[in-house]
Amino acid sequence: MLIVENAHVTFPVAQTKKWPWSPPGLVHAVNGISFELEAGKTLGIVGESGCGKSTLIRAVAGLAPLVSGNVTLDGEPVAYRDRASMQRLRATMQMIFQDPIASLNPRMTIREIVVEPLTFFKPEMGAEERQNTALAMLDRVGIPSTQANRFPHEFSGGQCQRIGIARALVAGPKVLLCDEPVSALDVSIQAQVVNLLKELQREMGLAIVFVAHDLGVVRHISDEVLVMYMGAPMERAPAADLVSDPKHPYAQALLSAVPVPDPRVRITPQMLEGDLPSPLNLPSGCLFASRCPKAMAKCKTARPPMIRHGQHQAACFLLEDAPMEADSMA
Amino acid sequence: MLSVENLHIRFRTGDGLVHAVNDVSFEVSAGQQIAVVGESGSGKSQIALAIMGLLAKNAEVEGRILWNGDDLLTKSNREMNRIRAREIGIIFQDPMSSLNPYMTIERQLTEIVENHEGLSRRDARARALQVMDAVRIPDAKSRLRAYPHEFSGGMRQRIVIAMALMCQPKLILADEPTTALDVTVQAQIMQLLADVQRDFGTSVMLITHDLGVVAGFCEEVVVLYGGRIMEEAGTEALFDQPAHPYTRGLLRAVPNIDDPSDALTAIPGSPPNQHRFPQSCPFAPRCVDAVDTCRDTLPILQQGRACLRPVEELT
Repeated sequence: MLIVENAHVTFPVAQTKKWPWSPPGLVHAVNGISFELEAGKTLGIVGESGCGKSTLIRAVAGLAPLVSGNVTLDGEPVAYRDRASMQRLRATMQMIFQDPIASLNPRMTIREIVVEPLTFFKPEMGAEERQNTALAMLDRVGIPSTQANRFPHEFSGGQCQRIGIARALVAGPKVLLCDEPVSALDVSIQAQVVNLLKELQREMGLAIVFVAHDLGVVRHISDEVLVMYMGAPMERAPAADLVSDPKHPYAQALLSAVPVPDPRVRITPQMLEGDLPSPLNLPSGCLFASRCPKAMAKCKTARPPMIRHGQHQAACFLLEDAPMEADSMA
Repeated sequence: MLSVENLHIRFRTGDGLVHAVNDVSFEVSAGQQIAVVGESGSGKSQIALAIMGLLAKNAEVEGRILWNGDDLLTKSNREMNRIRAREIGIIFQDPMSSLNPYMTIERQLTEIVENHEGLSRRDARARALQVMDAVRIPDAKSRLRAYPHEFSGGMRQRIVIAMALMCQPKLILADEPTTALDVTVQAQIMQLLADVQRDFGTSVMLITHDLGVVAGFCEEVVVLYGGRIMEEAGTEALFDQPAHPYTRGLLRAVPNIDDPSDALTAIPGSPPNQHRFPQSCPFAPRCVDAVDTCRDTLPILQQGRACLRPVEELT
């Protein structure tokens, strides 16, 4: 079980310094994200570009330092202590990336690429067993072993993403972190990769964190969806509930803009006016208040906590006194 | 107005010939919105570049591109420059790389009308302000002096659209104008393009891979695969009764947010190899409905579809 509690990530930026000796400004990239994820389940994370989705999963993987908060995997904290513990952690937590071709070493054959994690994480394995495991994994993701001695440039984008998945899963991790894994792929290939991920999840009992900006894809792969804005959680709900009846004004605006592949459906996107707050200097109130069509006076001064409402959890004061039967409204 | 006839585009590369566009014909009439849909490598962007006369040097072009009866492919660069911007404008995918980072927004906008229409600096600035209002850039007057990096992605794409509108062209080629943008911004930009089309009567040729965007915006759709037209139809007809197996597969593969079903229907296989000129249907290796004749006969576009199988027999 992967547990993230109140994660905060900041990055120092030198450009905003007034004098050479003034302290660096801090970009608040992730502001208090919490979630739990069980084996075999998928959490989708959506939000606009720059909302901190990628930073969040880098923090979960221990690649971006947390300034406060905790990430634990099966009770063990995810943080750098020493090489050995980091290596143990990486064996259980793997990542796949957005650009499938750039994330494979062009000078290694795909056999070498997929064998490498085994060399690191499974030193007890014999050389021959490693080769066979790697070839079996490649075969499982749909790359025939006759092509195992080829280099990444000889494969298409979709095949490279399959190879990336094989590399991530060959050592049998528990958690797979996916950073926009299908946004660089064509629609027909995207569906293949999403289906492959779902099959492998079922076979291996993987917990998947799936970051994407495409709500349609996230809806299909996720059990639960987390909507982020300015690095903070806006709403968390089971995928179907979020799509059919979003509670948070930001989630509502985001969903209203999703194009529908049906010429008879006219979408009426909600336009968000107003400016984003600066990530260097966060407002004390709700982060979305400056653009929220339903903002009240207290939204500007106090930051709403996550409020439970049926299956939903949303950081919005409107839910405080919302009657429960609102659930049936759609 | 624009008529592309039997267009072939090939590239001479170190690895041999690449057949990017093969025998593509379509028309765009005045005030029409047409979508060219295809996946990466289907040749959709090369068609736009061929229309603008901006193809790479190693390209070989065959066929005709008639603009009000004149063949654009026979024009010299000088003659093309009179057509670019004034008659046909283009919007590229990445707004940052289509703007010059060293030039203010004002200069990038006014340069176009000064060069193409010989306007004075003052008239050009007035036009720039008008157009920036038209694309709804708030506080246009003070933003004129800003540089591209001071704008967000959506605002930059508005500026690129403003640049395309400066000379009020009759046709705008929009090459994946919203692919680099978030859904909320994408919705605003598509709304803006629709308004531009309505207010100025501009035709728009939208090049995209996103069928969701097409459904909300265009009247006509041309579906490309492997550099060939697979299907051509009105938007409603295409979405209601797709007549080509590729279009059907594509529509099923789009994750629909309202559809609760679990698995997506993928199209098996990989995109085609374009080193050979297709002798048979380029989609046949991935087609669920393919029969033996599909693998050795090249289907021609008839009644809006290039498929050897009758519509009734498709799965």
